[in-house]
Amino acid sequence: MRMWFVCRFCCPAAQSNSNPEWEAKVLEYFKGQLKEKESHSWVPSLNDVPLHYLKPNSLVKFRCLVQDMFDPEFYMGVYETVDPSTKANVLRCGKYKDVTECGVDLNSRNTVTAERQTFYCVPIPGESPWAKEISFLSAARVVPSTSYVPSRQKRSYEEDDDMDTQPQKQREPHTGGGTKWCHRQETEAPSSQTTAPSDCSSHLDLNFPLPGERGPACLVKVYEGLDSFKLNDTLEIYGILSVNPVLTVLGEEKDPSLLLLNPTESMETPEEQRAHDPPASLVPRLHMLYARPLQHNNPLLPSAPTEDQSAFVSSFLVEMASVRAELLAYLTHVLLGDGLAAEYLLLHLISNVYTRRDVLPLGKFTLNLSGCPLNSYTERLYQIVQQLVPCSYRLSMSLHTMNSMRLVPKKDYVANRLVSGALQLARNTSLFLDETQLEQGQLDSSGVRNITALGNLISWQKVDYDFSYHQMEFPCNINVLVTSEGRSLLPSDCQVPLQPQVTPPNMEEYLTTIHMAQFTSQINKFRVYLSLARTLDYSISDEVTKAVEDDFVDMRKDDPQSVTAEDLHRMLVVASITCSSNGWMRAKHIDMLRRSRTEQQKSLNGNEP
Amino acid sequence: HRHDKTFSPSGDGERILPSEVDMSSPLMYGTPSSRVEGTPRSGVGGTPARQRPDLGSIRKAPQVDLHSEPPSADGAVASEQALGQKLVIWGTDVNVGTCKEKFQRFLQRFIDPASNEDENAGLDLNEPLYMQKLEEISVVGEPVLNVNCSHVQSFDADLYRQLISYPQEVIPTFDMAVNELFFERFPDSILEHQIQVRPYNALKTRNMRSLNPEDIDQMITISGMVIRTSQLIPEMQEAFFQCQVCAFFTRVEVDRGRIAEPAVCRNCNTIHSLALIHNRSAFSDKQMIKVQESPDDMPAGQTPHTTIVYAHNDLVDKVQPGDRINITGIYRAVPMRENPRQSNVKSVYKTHIDVIHFRKTDEKRLHGLDEDSDQKLFTEERVQILKELASKPDVYDRLSSALAPSIYEHEDIKKGILLQLFGGTRKDFSQTGRGNFRAEVNILLCGDPGTSKSQLLQYVFNLVPRGQYTSGKGSSAVGLTAYVMKDPETKQLVLQTGALVLSDNGICCIDEFDKMSDSTRSVLHEVMEQQTLSIAKAGIICQLNARTSVLAAANPVESQWNPKKTTIENIQLPHTLLSRFDLIFLMLDPQDEAYDRRLAHHLVALYYQSEEQIEEEFLDMAVLKDYIAYARTYINPRLNEEASQALIEAYVDMRKIGSGRGMVSAYPRQLESLIRLAEAHAKVRFSDKVETIDVEEAKRLHREALKQSATDPRTGFVDISILTTGMSATARKRKEEVARALKKMIQSKGKTPAMKYQQLFDDLRGQSEAAITKDMFEEALRALADEDYLTVTGKTVRLL
Repeated sequence: MRMWFVCRFCCPAAQSNSNPEWEAKVLEYFKGQLKEKESHSWVPSLNDVPLHYLKPNSLVKFRCLVQDMFDPEFYMGVYETVDPSTKANVLRCGKYKDVTECGVDLNSRNTVTAERQTFYCVPIPGESPWAKEISFLSAARVVPSTSYVPSRQKRSYEEDDDMDTQPQKQREPHTGGGTKWCHRQETEAPSSQTTAPSDCSSHLDLNFPLPGERGPACLVKVYEGLDSFKLNDTLEIYGILSVNPVLTVLGEEKDPSLLLLNPTESMETPEEQRAHDPPASLVPRLHMLYARPLQHNNPLLPSAPTEDQSAFVSSFLVEMASVRAELLAYLTHVLLGDGLAAEYLLLHLISNVYTRRDVLPLGKFTLNLSGCPLNSYTERLYQIVQQLVPCSYRLSMSLHTMNSMRLVPKKDYVANRLVSGALQLARNTSLFLDETQLEQGQLDSSGVRNITALGNLISWQKVDYDFSYHQMEFPCNINVLVTSEGRSLLPSDCQVPLQPQVTPPNMEEYLTTIHMAQFTSQINKFRVYLSLARTLDYSISDEVTKAVEDDFVDMRKDDPQSVTAEDLHRMLVVASITCSSNGWMRAKHIDMLRRSRTEQQKSLNGNEP
Repeated sequence: HRHDKTFSPSGDGERILPSEVDMSSPLMYGTPSSRVEGTPRSGVGGTPARQRPDLGSIRKAPQVDLHSEPPSADGAVASEQALGQKLVIWGTDVNVGTCKEKFQRFLQRFIDPASNEDENAGLDLNEPLYMQKLEEISVVGEPVLNVNCSHVQSFDADLYRQLISYPQEVIPTFDMAVNELFFERFPDSILEHQIQVRPYNALKTRNMRSLNPEDIDQMITISGMVIRTSQLIPEMQEAFFQCQVCAFFTRVEVDRGRIAEPAVCRNCNTIHSLALIHNRSAFSDKQMIKVQESPDDMPAGQTPHTTIVYAHNDLVDKVQPGDRINITGIYRAVPMRENPRQSNVKSVYKTHIDVIHFRKTDEKRLHGLDEDSDQKLFTEERVQILKELASKPDVYDRLSSALAPSIYEHEDIKKGILLQLFGGTRKDFSQTGRGNFRAEVNILLCGDPGTSKSQLLQYVFNLVPRGQYTSGKGSSAVGLTAYVMKDPETKQLVLQTGALVLSDNGICCIDEFDKMSDSTRSVLHEVMEQQTLSIAKAGIICQLNARTSVLAAANPVESQWNPKKTTIENIQLPHTLLSRFDLIFLMLDPQDEAYDRRLAHHLVALYYQSEEQIEEEFLDMAVLKDYIAYARTYINPRLNEEASQALIEAYVDMRKIGSGRGMVSAYPRQLESLIRLAEAHAKVRFSDKVETIDVEEAKRLHREALKQSATDPRTGFVDISILTTGMSATARKRKEEVARALKKMIQSKGKTPAMKYQQLFDDLRGQSEAAITKDMFEEALRALADEDYLTVTGKTVRLL
């Protein structure tokens, strides 16, 4: 049904193009239709369904991150065609299409030039396998909308356990695509696509921010509200899929003799051509009708209609305290029985830059977990974090990666595109910096730049993109967790030395057992809690304000050196994240504990700065 | 006899002899056929016209399609002639005759007495400007006339509108007009080719982002930065075909990138006998240039747009990647070429700009201030808001409290930085040999770590358009100044500018100033007083302007500020550098209960106040930005009589304080600082005069800063010599005393050629009433060694 009305609207509407209102009406209509209950889940998603199962020119959706914004382009909004046999002129609409009909009259006076812009969109970087899985399943549960039926049997969430409980299997979910789900997409896609050589994707750099990412990249043509979109926005885009093979042929078929005479063709370098006009079979075009900004990409939370969400939130709020306690207990086990570290980790996971006062981002809470046991403990810890948050990335800070990896996106002027880097992440992504991997050695200049970029990210929550002639600052909102042996060389808002209460003989077995003990339903509750707690508002009463002032003055009376403005900053962040009536007391308390622990550590080591 | 054919469909078949067509027709102008020697009846005809590929051929324009509708054009011409009506170029409202007349009148009469463009330097501003330029052309022989569109606009708004809307038709008419005028005036001058008019500064569009389909085929001016230039592209203008059989030749013009190859030789009627002869075909130079919008023009959170620009003939290779330029040209949209093998085409146009005029905006940084690029356009309402704000009596306090509101208190520091943002008035003493007088205010912040110095720097860096932020730890002298790089493709040496040059006319924020290496710091000596940077590297020797204010932050050498030591001792920076800072502030933790309470309150509010509350309290950052930009461009305060007197008094007073105790407490540099601060304060008020209140505030702030940084910890007095010589006067006096005592002691010992170091130290300590440290002892020894009284070798002291 959907496909049908798309086809219909494109043709007859063009005839009545003298009335520009129809464009607004079309958008209204689609927005209205998508507001209907569950209707948005009928639309097949590019994230879930392999491209060759989708019908060209049908309505699809795509959950993505705006990775690059290309230059605006002018296209024929309205054009006239001449039928070669009847000589009849027909007005046609060029909107939402890449290619014109036959016989365009280029000299027609009725041609209307319009403007649109292309965004290069990639799937949300570092999206956790569980988030992909669940959104895929929930989409498949509602009427399968295409000819594509997942070959695999649907599985219930409980059955997922076998995956969740075997972290070994997904040792490297990013590089290897360790989950079954990823395998399915990979293996199926090329098998049916016999025409295209299956290895052609390897030649084409799809410019994903993180190494080893998979999934379709998409060129999204945007018609309305260009100014409302920003780089790195996460969007759910509804639009018309266009995979016309002409798009590819036009780019490739080049007669070198024509080049000399027609320099308009030669103004694009081959690199640029590749970046801007990749084959449509690999990078489909999507003509945007409507885009919904995503506040989060947690499929367990209702994201669209606001009434639904508030109902959901209020129903969950009842459980909130108990879920928090359970989560805390779980994390305590994970952190080898260290309750304080677990509390800080919990606070870190729900922290969020909620506003900025001039240059100061408020609400960021970078945690440095020092004293981490070596031997793959951090790797396991990351896997557990990954199971809880919808977006995450582990950056192993080995000397080699720091020297060789590109963290900061850089403009490539030859290909005229923004070459992505690992720090081009969606908001609220958990960035796990593993400093235990760092060994002694020489950092080269790119290594120093990378470390500086990480420092800037942590201190100011911004990344300075490299435009070679100048830098451009992009604010971000990334939760950075640093695990290290000693104190991290990177700045942090809070350093907690880990004090293991238990020393399991076999770390791997220990963590696996803890993980196994949790039901998927329980894990799902944790996931909801973490996403939800982050969005809650913070407020403070006058009494608490007074209490904070008094406490601060008192603390400084004893020893002005012991508590500085910086400490107060930290405690206030903690208090606001704790988000309960006694937030301040708790913040003060745990900060005291933490500080005595660091002091202890210092005197123990003696050589800490 | 006159053929008034505005349009001649000169295809290859029917070629009109040049003599038949009026040479001055805009069509003839620049078409290849006019290169055929014209009749030598005038200077215009005698000078060959040069093609203007930047304008494109008239026939190529989509709306003027003569091939499809020739009758209407011819008909119009005929009927209009008959009726004596106005003749216009098809598709426009341009009448060639009127247009020409208007432009000639403009050239002959336009006077701009208020002109301050440096292109007009040396011209008599009360005489018609462009006639002087024509005279220049006749002398210099460079046949290009640059015309400022804003002049045309102020002279004749209608002509300006036509120029913007139909540049392709109007500019050839202008060419025609100017050549007629020129050769009438200077009939004997010989030019390489006819004069070409190059309009610039079309006000229509300033920003690449605002280009839209309506601008197609119009003249626009945009600013941007060159990011890539292509190799030279030879573009064929006219193909030369020769018959292989009878050697008959024919020329074919290139139309829309295509050559219609003649199938039959007209001479011998052989089919397919004509061959293209490359070296007799006519080519023009062409270069593709990619321009990116300048970072200042962009909305936050988006990526910069790029535009393709084509430069033709002598504009090729005029710009280099990295240059910031203003481009005037015609905006074009070309449909994707139809592919004969494909029935449907991509519905996208390729857009580019054909350049008519380049203007580099940063080139003049080498020799003068460039007002053009800095000038931000303010709307009437905006100016009104700013002026309203300026008229408020407490504007100074308002602005300073709006500065970095998240940082608590430090009122005076914020005020100092505010004055730094405004800067003093630029003065030029180069005629008297003094060179430029520094207008920029430099500020150093010292203090305990964790007192939000970095945050303040970050804020300033984000506030000013040309701010640079570097850390002393990571930056090298090279990164600060400029370095020479070899372009991997062209093997050309390119000068890459560093932070200080980039922040010309802005503020360079240097964090961790104390961690900077000595060689890097030495670069700053020149920048901070002379405001220039000299580079001598890889054969490039030049002096770049670096009129940058420096805002630096330094931490004490020990982890905490030691109140018992002077500023110099605490931060260990050379006094030569310190004396170049106008204001040096200490950011210390006051360790006071009331302060703590207020700080706590402030921070709580910071975290919990809602967006609206904040906005009520503070000025918007955008308003502050505009306010500063406006004041910097439009307000140039001068000292009035009273203020001068007040400054003199202030300086004399400062000198007096010291002279009472036998030391100098102020130097001319301090007076200069005072003047700058007073001027900046007047700018804050949007006042054209520096008045006494400005001087008062400058004095107060200067004193405050001195009180903080130049107080001698031993005596409690403010002592400027701490900053200027690195040592307080009392300390110097004591040093001398110790040296004298030591000398006396040695003399009292009688003739002993050598002494043990340690013993001498102990003796001195035993003898002296005041406590003598090892440092003091060594200093005394050094002083005596300087007098050639003794030498120290290892552990022994020898008398000389």
